[in-house]
Amino acid sequence: MTATLAEQPATRHTRRHLLSSADLDRGQVRAILDTAGEMHEVQRREVKKLPTLRGRTVVNLFFEDSTRTRSSFEIAGKWLSADVVNISGKGSSTSKGESLRDTVLTVAAMGVDALVIRHSASGAAQQVSQWVDAHVVNAGDGMHEHPTQALLDAYTMQRRLGDLEGRHVAIVGDLTHSRVVRSNLITLRTLGARVTLVAPPTLMPSGIAAWAAADGFELSNDFDAVLPGVDAVMMLRVQRERMSGGFFPTAREYTVGYGLTRARLDTLTAANPDAVICHPGPMNRGLEIAADAADAAQSLILDQVSAGVAVRMSVLYHLLAGEEAQS
Amino acid sequence: MNGPDVARALRRIAHEILERNKGADDLVVLGIPTRGVALAHRLAGVVESVEGRPVPVGALDVTMHRDDLRRQPTRSPMHTDIPRGGIDDKVVVLVDDVLYSGRTVRAALDALSDLGRPRAVRLAVLVDRGHRELPIRADHVGKNLPTSSEERVSVRLSEHDGTDDRVTIIGGEPR
Repeated sequence: MTATLAEQPATRHTRRHLLSSADLDRGQVRAILDTAGEMHEVQRREVKKLPTLRGRTVVNLFFEDSTRTRSSFEIAGKWLSADVVNISGKGSSTSKGESLRDTVLTVAAMGVDALVIRHSASGAAQQVSQWVDAHVVNAGDGMHEHPTQALLDAYTMQRRLGDLEGRHVAIVGDLTHSRVVRSNLITLRTLGARVTLVAPPTLMPSGIAAWAAADGFELSNDFDAVLPGVDAVMMLRVQRERMSGGFFPTAREYTVGYGLTRARLDTLTAANPDAVICHPGPMNRGLEIAADAADAAQSLILDQVSAGVAVRMSVLYHLLAGEEAQS
Repeated sequence: MNGPDVARALRRIAHEILERNKGADDLVVLGIPTRGVALAHRLAGVVESVEGRPVPVGALDVTMHRDDLRRQPTRSPMHTDIPRGGIDDKVVVLVDDVLYSGRTVRAALDALSDLGRPRAVRLAVLVDRGHRELPIRADHVGKNLPTSSEERVSVRLSEHDGTDDRVTIIGGEPR
């Protein structure tokens, strides 16, 4: 080792797992986003593969449907030369009645280094991390958290807007059923952004007012009042599969009140030509976001997808590459 | 080594590179972060002043290619900056401050092969302190500095450290 490298400040990632966005302080978020930037460069090369995680095994354990998260974790692992195994809930022994614990212990017993888990139960990843020695990455647990989505959203916005400190981000839509909102809120606040959550009263989670007061973010039921002052609008998907009805009268009424319509796109760009639009996907075009807005020049929606692999490479790198904690 | 020593060493290395390459054709100078990058830019500056035309210069981060990642705390990779024109069929001169085990250079060779196929790769270092663990040697050396493995070689460069250029040996038995 050269003297140069010995003197480099090491950004030690003290956590073994990434379960919640609250696990990361500002320095750690910055380190992950910086590394993601370098990984993004690698994606433009002809040879995209890095040898960094050679010999390590990453298991994607997905008990819920997912296209982009699962495939981007898979590609991220493969581009870092890890061996990646995908197990989906449907094809596995869980459909034969095996419990989550038994499934996880079975997989862990094969000697995996990291488990990327998505499950419909809030807190599933946290629970799994107590059962196994492997590093656990939460890829979405019920309506709770989705930390890597928040990191890639922050990464995408930061690339367009620069440092997010003091920037105003509105997160709009189905706050109650979204796991993205909690993680995004935490990560954006960690980076020093100003956040306003916008939703109809029926989709505001109970108890959020106390959290907002404690943490210093804002709440609103009036999208049109918030819209002109923001640097970024993040539209959340209306999660029809998690709703048992009654949250809003009709889809049309939701669009009128809280959709990013053509008219609202014009308001946004008139007030701030540099403002950007995000959506974690998959989109309900015409419901929460108009096609014009989704395909506008301000839209970062495709950038979010391409950032997904880079950010997940960075997360796997930071969790797996360093020395093992002396136990 | 002090400031003038470093400058003289870089001037000599630049002339050696040009002599060996018979001019600046196809040269690409790549520094290994962090201080190798500053040295690469200085070296390219000398080559330019001699030849009267700029040579492409960039940075090659090797963090993701290291074989000792698991022995150390996680470090964030630094920026890789390959000059326009790439490295295919070029003569790449890798520049680092200290050559020690050779593992950084091995990682750099692997990183290079992912980026293209240079016609030749040469290695220029400011200090060669010995103790190689791999069959790697430098083509151009600023100064051979025999050290014991208990000692550390500290390189300070004005670009990075805000001080005058200085190379010192720290630790080990006093002598």
